[in-house]
Amino acid sequence: MLYAVLCYHSEAVVGGWSKAEDDAVMEKLEAVQEKLAAEGRLGPVARLLPTSAATTLRKDSDPPLILDGPFAETKEQLLGFYILDCQNLEDALEAAQELAAANPGGAYELRPVGLFRQGVLTP
Amino acid sequence: MSDLAWIDAALGAARPQAMAALLRYFRDLDFAEEAFQEACLRALKAWPKNGPPRDPTAWLVFVGRNAAVDTVRRRAREVELPDEVALSDLGDAEADLAERLDGGDYRDDVLRLLFICCHPDLPDTQQIALALRIVCGLSVREIARAFLVGESAMEQRITRAKAKVAKADVPFGAPGAVERAERLASVAAMIYLLFNEGYSASGGEAPVRAGLCDEAIRLARLLLRLFPAEPEIMGLAALMLLQHARAGARFDEEGAVVLLEDQDRTLWNGKMIAEGLALIDKAMRHRRPGPYQIQAAIAALHARAPRPEDTDWREIAGLYQALERHMPSPVVTLNRAVAVSKTEGPAVALDLVEPLADRLSAYFHFQGVRGWLLLQLDRKAEAREAFDRAIALAHTPAEAAHIRMHLDRLSAEGAD
Repeated sequence: MLYAVLCYHSEAVVGGWSKAEDDAVMEKLEAVQEKLAAEGRLGPVARLLPTSAATTLRKDSDPPLILDGPFAETKEQLLGFYILDCQNLEDALEAAQELAAANPGGAYELRPVGLFRQGVLTP
Repeated sequence: MSDLAWIDAALGAARPQAMAALLRYFRDLDFAEEAFQEACLRALKAWPKNGPPRDPTAWLVFVGRNAAVDTVRRRAREVELPDEVALSDLGDAEADLAERLDGGDYRDDVLRLLFICCHPDLPDTQQIALALRIVCGLSVREIARAFLVGESAMEQRITRAKAKVAKADVPFGAPGAVERAERLASVAAMIYLLFNEGYSASGGEAPVRAGLCDEAIRLARLLLRLFPAEPEIMGLAALMLLQHARAGARFDEEGAVVLLEDQDRTLWNGKMIAEGLALIDKAMRHRRPGPYQIQAAIAALHARAPRPEDTDWREIAGLYQALERHMPSPVVTLNRAVAVSKTEGPAVALDLVEPLADRLSAYFHFQGVRGWLLLQLDRKAEAREAFDRAIALAHTPAEAAHIRMHLDRLSAEGAD
């Protein structure tokens, strides 16, 4: 069974860490990640850029509505995610709109990825 | 992370919102600050025992407000009570408070708190010092260090600034759309001043003052969370991120300036560049360009070039032309001339630069650029004259050292 681990924290708090504090946390996390990777159990790892860099596609209207900022509603639940390689936001929105046409309703939040490790899962 | 470090980070993160809400209740900066301080003291006692509250900001506002009311009651015999109207709603329940914190007027609270620091009668440095003290919560000592002045001088400066804004009478009702836009523009200008205070530091001072750039970026992100659809605020945040991303490459070991094209680009901060590029992408979608967005777009073109020779100078020259329309200034024209020299050569660029002499002859960069263009045109005597003037106008040892290098080279060439 694959599990997705979704990371939540106060952005203002984490964004307030000094570089030294941030580095220290990342170093401790990497030690755990290395262990999981050695066991072939670590898939993709991503650290997202702040929500101020997010754009949201509300796909319950046709055509979908593009809004600045993160997805803010609480009546919907997180059901899945994609990692897309895009030239820019326009490119990402185009891909998301294609996906939206295939599955209207709900929303997509587009958030640039700041740090990405591919990871390898061995069956 | 230890309890104390976590609490410290949480208190710092909650500060702008909590201070803004307390200011709305008490309508007095000193009173709001005292209330916030008291709430922080109580948090340091309560949070390690009970664990962090679900919403630290709401907790701090609630506790700060109640603590302040207690203080007022205790002092009742000694001092005059604040205005009845300001205190009348202090019995509200926490649920009501949380609801009001989430409400639309909450973002205007933070904007108001920042706007109060931008009082037009305050000199730039006092606006910045006030914002650092009140909104960012830096200690007077930290601020004094960043401004390279003594602690008591800074203390005085902040006290004077506070006295001035106390009389300012900023309205506490929700602002209209025009008023809100004006406040945002003033606050954006103050944040960029704060950034430049750190960014313009010379090599030796740069590490001490880089914190000012970080605070400015943090404030811009805060504004973006509250006003997510403002392209100029996106532009401002992008501009600062893209410029600050180069911090690690801007000075050599001796503290001398390393020009953009000589910088080791592997030292640029990739994460900041990614965030800056994402923000400028978002801003451009609005098709409402403004000075911050255009400057950010220029910085983005530099950031996107893996090597200096990959820089899209034609696009940069076009963006400077657009910037001249939005913000006509001889300095912008001077910058356009630098871009033009890369695509159309030094002669065309010099034609753009010479007419600026009336207004810019006492400006270091004008003489520096002029000398550099004359040098490329092999007009050595004139180049030397321009460099001599530039060196007399240099503000920092690093600027002087850079011009000295050109002069030394000219002398060496003159010798053979």
